[in-house]
Amino acid sequence: MIILSAFGCGLIFGCGLLISGMVQPAKVLAFLDIFGAWDPSLAVVMIAALVVSVPGFVLAKRRERPILAAQCAWPTKIEIDRSLVVGSALFGIGWGLAGLCPGPALENLATLSPRVITFVVAMIAGMALHDLWSKYGPMVTHEETLAAAADG
Amino acid sequence: MTNFTPVSAAIGGALIGLSATLLMLLTGRIAGISGIVGGGLNFVSIDKGWRVAFVAGLLFAPLLASLLGYPMPSPQMPASWAVIIAAGALVGLGTRLGGGCTSGHGICGISRLSTRSFIATAIFMFTAIVVVALTHHVFAG
Repeated sequence: MIILSAFGCGLIFGCGLLISGMVQPAKVLAFLDIFGAWDPSLAVVMIAALVVSVPGFVLAKRRERPILAAQCAWPTKIEIDRSLVVGSALFGIGWGLAGLCPGPALENLATLSPRVITFVVAMIAGMALHDLWSKYGPMVTHEETLAAAADG
Repeated sequence: MTNFTPVSAAIGGALIGLSATLLMLLTGRIAGISGIVGGGLNFVSIDKGWRVAFVAGLLFAPLLASLLGYPMPSPQMPASWAVIIAAGALVGLGTRLGGGCTSGHGICGISRLSTRSFIATAIFMFTAIVVVALTHHVFAG
C-alpha cells in the first residue's frame, strides 16, 4: 500500500508540474528574471501548493501516526548551519543556469532529450560526490549527513 | 519569454500541494525530490521502495498526458554542454548539502513552518535570481 500511495503521489506531483508549466525551464527562468520580462507564474504555483499543504501538514502533525506507516519521518534538524547556507546557494546557482530543479529534471527525462539526460547524470554525480565526501571527507561528520538528508 | 498563466499555475500548484499532503498523511514521508533521489540511490537504504515508486509515478505523468493528447513539450536547455553539466552538478551537490530542493524545502519545509527551510528557500531563490540577472542582462551577448 505504501508503494502504491507513493506511485500515486508521484503521479499527482508530475501532473501538477506539467499543468503548472514548471516542467519548462524557460518558464522557470522567466520567473527568476525579475529585471526582464517577468513571468510570476511560479509564485502562484508555490502559493497554491502551500494553500493546500500548510493545513494538510497541520492535520498530519496532529495525527499520532500516518495512515499506512508506523511512524512519521518528520525532519528533526533545526539549526542553521554552513551546509544549509552553502548548499542552498550552490543549488540556486545551478537552478538559475539551467532552469531545472530535481523534480522537473526527472520528469523531463520522458522527452528523451539528450541535454536533459546529461543534466540528470551530472545531478546524480553531484549527489554522489556529496555522499562520498561526507562519508570519507575530512570535514563533515557522518551524523551531520544523516540529519541533513532528512529535510526533504 | 513566457506569458503569465495564473489559472494553470494555481491548478498545478494545488496538485503539488495535494501530493505532498497525501504522501505525508498516508506514508509519513516528505515529498522532497532531491531527498527521494538521493535516498533511492543509496544502496544500503532499506527505505527505497517508496522512493522508486514515487519517481515512477512522476515519470508516468507525461506518458499519461501524451496518451490523453497533451504531449510534453521539449524543454529549452542551455546551448552549452559545459553549462548543462555544471548546472546539473551544482543542483545535485547543492541540494544534498543543503538538505533539500524546491519541493523539500520550498513546499514541505515551509508547510512544516521550518525556519531552516524558510532560510534555504530564500537563499536559493536569491542566488538563482542573481545568476539569471547576470546571464540575461549583465553578460548577455
